[in-house]
Formats: sequence, structure tokens, C-alpha cells
Amino acid sequence: MLIDKKHIGMKVPPHSVTPTAWQLKWFAKATGETNPIYFDEAAAKKAGLPGVLVPPTFFFCMDMDKDEPFDYIATMGCDFGKMLHGEQIFTYHKPVYSGDTLDFDGQVTDIYDKKNGALQFIVKDVKVSRQGEAVCDLRTVIVIRA
Amino acid sequence: MTMTIPNFDAINVGDEIPSFTTEPVSRLTLALYATGSGDHHPLHLDQDYVRSKGMKDVFAHGMLGMAYLGRLLTQWVPQEAIRTFGVRFTAITWVGESMVCTGKVVEKLEQNGEKCVRLELTCANEQGEAKHKADAVVALA
Repeated sequence: MLIDKKHIGMKVPPHSVTPTAWQLKWFAKATGETNPIYFDEAAAKKAGLPGVLVPPTFFFCMDMDKDEPFDYIATMGCDFGKMLHGEQIFTYHKPVYSGDTLDFDGQVTDIYDKKNGALQFIVKDVKVSRQGEAVCDLRTVIVIRA
Repeated sequence: MTMTIPNFDAINVGDEIPSFTTEPVSRLTLALYATGSGDHHPLHLDQDYVRSKGMKDVFAHGMLGMAYLGRLLTQWVPQEAIRTFGVRFTAITWVGESMVCTGKVVEKLEQNGEKCVRLELTCANEQGEAKHKADAVVALA
């Protein structure tokens, strides 16, 4: 079944996240990061940063940091078991640090299919801001298999 | 840790940036990534669950591979030099696979008044099967 294109433009409920040095420490450990500005608050401050530097892909984790991150997919009637993460794109404007409060404001911006509907694509664009200042844009492309 | 931004004039199309190969992705890696990322989906953690779904084993979060490619970039330039960073997930990374992360310059361009390079980045297993293909635009000095 093809997803109804009326969902293009659907707003995702906004949420706010304050990344913590604690979580970033585990993220750094998991990803093999060795530069202490990414996991050691004291080292980050010594380097002149206001907190631990949030690494490039962590914006995705923060975007997912809500009770039902895939609500918008459920609303479209899609089966979670057939969902794949197809693409992820970030555009960066400003660095962000542990302790910053970030606002995530997202919207479904496209729905299309390939191979006669065997693969459907849902595009979500999210703007991340800190006190109204744009810091990062995310584009997440979810693939739904038939 | 300070880092210098490479000079635009000294960089040529075809240049490779310093690469690395990760330790084999283990169940511990996936547990750590679940904590760090907040993604505790059972596909990455629970062997009983994945077997019930007809799969042979748990597999890595796609975004773990993208995080490795993020490290590839931030080992070459300070993070604030990255303008865009995008990835396509092309294959699953299984437990036990080491990720070979490589990148090369494919274009020199001016964008919004800045001297930039476009990089193609690949995260592949040691047999050369690409798991993720990425593209990044980085501002140089």
C-alpha cells in the first residue's frame, strides 16, 4: 500500500534536549574517540570550550531522544518491521556543547516511491536551534520495504 | 587539542585523508553504542529477538558506522570546518567485522565565499564490501 502523500508537510511534535557530558562520554567510548574534547569536560574547558563538544552525528541521537521518535511513521500506517534507515544528512551552522539546550523542530518534507512501490521513502527535515539560533539541520530518509 | 586546517591550495583532487581501521565490532561495542546513542533497539542487542525474526545475529547500528566516518573527518580537520555530512546506508555491519574508514578529495569548490573541498568517504569491511558511502563538504584555510 502506498503511503498517502497528504502526510507531506506533517509537523513532528517539537522537543528539546540538553546533551550531557555523561552521555557524550559513553558515545565517545563506543565510537573509539580519543580526542578528550569529546569526552572530558575538564579537557574541553582547558581547550577554551564551554563544555564537551557534541560530535557530528550525535544530533541524530538527540533527534531520537523522545518517547516515540517514530510516531510520524506510525501515523502513516507503516509497519516498523519494514523500516530501514536509508540516508542521513547533516548541515552544520554552529558547534554545540554539553549543557546547551537545543530545540528540535521537524516536518515530513517528501514521500516518494521507487520500483513500483516496492520501496517507499519518507523524508523528514529537522531544524535544530539554540535560543533561536540555527545550529544544525538534519535530513533523515526512512525506507519502507513492501 | 588544537588542530590546523589544511591549506586549500595544498590539497588536490584525488588526495586521500588519513584512514583507519576499527577494532572488530563486538557485542560490547553495540551495548556501549546503545548507551551513548540512546538507541536500545533489540536488533542490535538481543540475540533471542533477532533469531525470532529469522536473522542470524545482531548487527551494528547504521549510525555507528557514520560516527566512525565522523571521526575520520574530525581527525583531519577541526569539527567546525565541516559544512555538510551525509551518508547512505548500503549494507549491514555484522558483529566481528572491522570497519575500514577511508576518504578522498573529489572536488574543490567555492561555497558561500569559502574555499571548500568535497570528500567521498567509505566505511567498508576488510573484504572491501562498502557498508556506508558518505559525502562531506569541508571548509579549508
